[in-house]
Amino acid sequence: MSTASNAPGTPLLEVHDLHVTFPGKGWRAAGREVLHGVDLDVRPGETLGLVGESGSGKTTIGRAVLGLAPIASGRVLLAGEDITDTGRRRRRALARDLQVVFQDPYTSLNPSLLVGDTLAEPLLGQGVTPRDARARVAGLLDRVGLPRDAATRLPREFSGGQRQRVAIARALAVGPRLVVCDEPVSALDLTTQETVLELLLEIQRDSGVSYLFISHDLAVVRYLSHRVAVIHDGRIVENGPTRDVVEHARDPYTRRLLLSAPVADPDEQRIRRERLAAVRGASGDVAA
Amino acid sequence: MSETLQNESLATDPDTNRLERAPRRSTWSAYLHSPLGVAGGAVLVLVVLAALLAPVLAPQDPSTADLALAFHGPTTGHPLGLDSAGRDVLSRLLYGARTTLGGAGLAVAVALVLGVPTGLVAGYRGRRFDGVASWLVNLVMSLPAMIVLLASRAILGPTVWVLMLVMGVLVAPSFYRLTRGVVADVRGELYVDAARVSGLSDARIIGRHVLVVVRAPIIIQAALVGGIAIGLQAGLEFLGIGSGDTPTWGAMLNEAFQNIQRSPGLIVWPGLALGLTSASLVLVASALRDALEGAGGARRARRRPAPRTSTTPVPVPAPVPSSAGSDVPRGGLLSVRGLAVAYGTDDDAREVVHDVDLDVGPGEIVGLVGESGSGKSQTAFSVLGILPRGGHVVRGSVTVEGQEVLELDERARRTLRGRVVAYVPQEPMSNLDPTFTIGSQLAEPLRCTLGLSRRAAHARVVELLRQVEIKDPERVARLYPHEISGGMAQRVLIAGAMSGDPRLLVADEPTTALDVTVQAEVLALLRRLRDERGLGVLLVTHNLGVVADLCDRVAVMQDGRIVENGTTAQVLRRPEHPYTRRLVGAVLDDAPCREPWEPPSSAPDRTEATA
Amino acid sequence: MTTFVLRRLAAGIFLLLVISFLTFALLSVPHTDVGRALLGQNASQAAVDARNASLGLDRPMLAQYADWLSHAVRGDLGRSWFTGEDVWSALATRLPVTLSIVVGVTLVTAVLSLLLGVWAAVRGGVVDRLVQVLSVIGYALPGFLVTLVLVLVFAVQLRWFPAIGYIPFTQSPSGWLSTVTLPIAALSVGAVAGVAQQVRGSVADVLERDFVRTLRARGLPPGRILFRHVVRNASAPALTVLGLQFVGLLGGAVLVEQIFGLPGIGSMTVQYTTRGDIPVIMGLVMVSVVGVVVVNLVVDVLVGVPNPKARVA
Repeated sequence: MSTASNAPGTPLLEVHDLHVTFPGKGWRAAGREVLHGVDLDVRPGETLGLVGESGSGKTTIGRAVLGLAPIASGRVLLAGEDITDTGRRRRRALARDLQVVFQDPYTSLNPSLLVGDTLAEPLLGQGVTPRDARARVAGLLDRVGLPRDAATRLPREFSGGQRQRVAIARALAVGPRLVVCDEPVSALDLTTQETVLELLLEIQRDSGVSYLFISHDLAVVRYLSHRVAVIHDGRIVENGPTRDVVEHARDPYTRRLLLSAPVADPDEQRIRRERLAAVRGASGDVAA
Repeated sequence: MSETLQNESLATDPDTNRLERAPRRSTWSAYLHSPLGVAGGAVLVLVVLAALLAPVLAPQDPSTADLALAFHGPTTGHPLGLDSAGRDVLSRLLYGARTTLGGAGLAVAVALVLGVPTGLVAGYRGRRFDGVASWLVNLVMSLPAMIVLLASRAILGPTVWVLMLVMGVLVAPSFYRLTRGVVADVRGELYVDAARVSGLSDARIIGRHVLVVVRAPIIIQAALVGGIAIGLQAGLEFLGIGSGDTPTWGAMLNEAFQNIQRSPGLIVWPGLALGLTSASLVLVASALRDALEGAGGARRARRRPAPRTSTTPVPVPAPVPSSAGSDVPRGGLLSVRGLAVAYGTDDDAREVVHDVDLDVGPGEIVGLVGESGSGKSQTAFSVLGILPRGGHVVRGSVTVEGQEVLELDERARRTLRGRVVAYVPQEPMSNLDPTFTIGSQLAEPLRCTLGLSRRAAHARVVELLRQVEIKDPERVARLYPHEISGGMAQRVLIAGAMSGDPRLLVADEPTTALDVTVQAEVLALLRRLRDERGLGVLLVTHNLGVVADLCDRVAVMQDGRIVENGTTAQVLRRPEHPYTRRLVGAVLDDAPCREPWEPPSSAPDRTEATA
Repeated sequence: MTTFVLRRLAAGIFLLLVISFLTFALLSVPHTDVGRALLGQNASQAAVDARNASLGLDRPMLAQYADWLSHAVRGDLGRSWFTGEDVWSALATRLPVTLSIVVGVTLVTAVLSLLLGVWAAVRGGVVDRLVQVLSVIGYALPGFLVTLVLVLVFAVQLRWFPAIGYIPFTQSPSGWLSTVTLPIAALSVGAVAGVAQQVRGSVADVLERDFVRTLRARGLPPGRILFRHVVRNASAPALTVLGLQFVGLLGGAVLVEQIFGLPGIGSMTVQYTTRGDIPVIMGLVMVSVVGVVVVNLVVDVLVGVPNPKARVA
């Protein structure tokens, strides 16, 4: 993007009063609004963690930013430019600044495409010649800690963690400014998850990329995010620096969410359990 | 499963750069391994060659008739004899191949041209185009094909080509539907989204991602439609509704059938030609399908590597009692000693669980922890005797309340399931039969195995649903699984497990598919059931937080072995085995919050970052 | 449910209208001189014109269609141009023949495919292979070839069944059975092959679903799980394929009726369509489209019975 590089501190991504409505099934069926006015922003080099449960609309926010979900109203700005309703051509050019890592490393790579071809894809989208693209693939594989001969293999020869590294490499290929990470580690085992998170942190330190990091797992979000936004039923209910949210949550739902995730220490967990019971009792909340 | 067993920690392990090369078998070589497919292909090639070379190979012109020689048997000049009009059978057969194959080719081509591009657009773009196209397709599919064919012959004239052209139009919907379905599936794949985000144009996405997937099914369908076209064309000719004097197999059959009493042999050659050609098309299609499933099988089977379950017990070798039992006294409720589970038979058997020892006492919750592929679920299934097809216990001993269950026959084990040992699965939704109401599927085992009356079973179901803290159980019992939430479904499954009043619960990742807030509720429910009923629980999980919340003791599994075993506090606080230490170390609970963002001192150089 | 059926019926009537118009328009295009064809080469031009006028052929196509439609909605499908037969009564006498065959084939197919498909899916191994090979063979051989072989073996050689002819059920049930057995067998081979393969596939799929394991874990006997739960879940795709087969059978009946000399809709089609007898063709098209609409509706309703998700409000 050639527009003036914005001053430090001004947001790279801004989302204002975003509403997303999915069309109903069949004609005449009413649409279903899943986001009811979402505001958020991500600054250059910052990670915004977006936490919510299934059906909260957290994935939809990411998809709306990427132009993959129908925006009913509201605005999305990237470096000050309105990208809410861009044409196909402009959207394709945006790929240089905006990339994605999806949750499922199994379905996010085409099983019949060699890893090298998958990695070349964003480069081809930017008009890089196939020859140059191939040359840059090796560097990308190095970057994410995969052997160079991985380029000539099919995704099914890789484990889940390795596939996710391929997906990260694909996102990095064009040197984006913002990567939307949609649950990038939730399909991975605990020990694998750790190494992939380290990789994401390292890349951010080196390149200054921003992450919109979407997850249901507060522990992961806390570890990776400068700031956390909590989404519940299509609305942001809490948004602030990670420590503030974790330690002094104002919203009752956030408090319940925080206490619900069990920690791996029996005594501490017992205390949390009792506090959770107190919170739930106080809000008169009983199971469905 | 072997794939996920691979060592994942690329950053810490020396063998970071080693990848296990899976055998990559091309579709082509898989196809060549199918004898029927190769035979079918060979027949097709021969028939096509015969049709192309007909003028060279035929002894004489197909319509040269010599009535004096009618019904004459094979001679040197006429290797297959002569027909009722004294025409050479071989010549007519060869020239007939031209009409037959050409006509079928035309029908397939027309159908492809009409069906595939429209299907592609409808599947990829959907919306309005899809609506209109689908309506048209339904219209064409409601047409009585045979009547349309016959009528179009009356209107457009009696040639094979016209008939095949119309047939092409009539079968185009099958290509449309196939293409549209496959493309719509691919369209929903994340890798297509990723390609869009990568800035690829629609044309490029279709070329790279969509056509590859759609190609093979279309080829298969084309072979099948070709076979149908050949059969239909011959059928019409046989009825005398063909193209007059042109030699065709169908017309030859018709002629032979009319003279069946006089010369029964005449029916053999056209019948054989027709049967072999259409059979070989089907064989080619099915061999191609098998080859694709074999070679690209990973596409469908990637998510669930678990082998198929079967309702019928497969004969398995009797387990050998293990001598290498541990010295620990055996637990009162469940005791497993030296358990080994393998998949496959004798020679290529793959052992996935090795010498596992486990104990669960009454009222005790024991966690079985490990990462994917560690064998924890296989261990749980062996306790229940519900291993997927192909899996069997090769060694060891499993006792429930002191009774050795591995020695029981299937019928006797079945009486234990549900009533002594019960099971709570991982995915709540997929574990309920979508075609029955909650109430009826919970009542079924009550009536079938406990012999309760309909009324008593219903009352018990309502009571069970109340016990798992479902409000308004009467209403929920009348609902179908797709009408309830995941958390509710998991409560229903727990109610189902409790219905036989078991003493041991085997719970396989019972909260993994649930949101954390719901997870907390389900964990509380399991704890309450244990406290109230003295239920023993074997809890399979990968989540150490769940272990800390619920378990009294925990066993850690890696690569099919138990590497550490102890009280929850002991294992989580002072892990001894290196693997346990790594596992506990990877938990992010104690990791510090990330510091707030600060403006970067200088803007980082982007080009450097990508290198 | 009722609104669903009503909506589908309305859509079906609309479809009938569209198809009847299209057919009529297409049939009117070539405009062969029907009067000449009826009266022969020697008739005077005046006589031919008079004949055409009496058939209404001198009027514009739309007017002819409107005329046809206004009679058709009152149940009058007109008379054959060539034989003068009332189209509706001609159809009515022939429909039972074709229906008894098509329904017979559907029943035989449903039962045999269920047994073969479930057997192959559950047992696997050799049985599975066998069923698959049989399916391929049944699918690969053109229907009329199978018919020919059956005729040659069972009618010509063994003389177990008559090679030709039809005896109405009302006249002699055993005679009826002997005349429809071979036609039904001939059409069933291909249909069973297709449907059994589908049953096998969907039963195998359902057997791998999680809930089957959970049902086993509740101590239910395997047979009960198989026939109460697995087959029920596998029924939707199988029923859909069976419905498609039924529609296809209407075409297959043409050949089979012709070979066995059965006086059904199929042989009627061959006799009349080749001559371009518009009133009869229109009648035949209407009857078959009604058949298709009804079968599709029945399939959708049947699929919904065991399948609450597919059930339409």
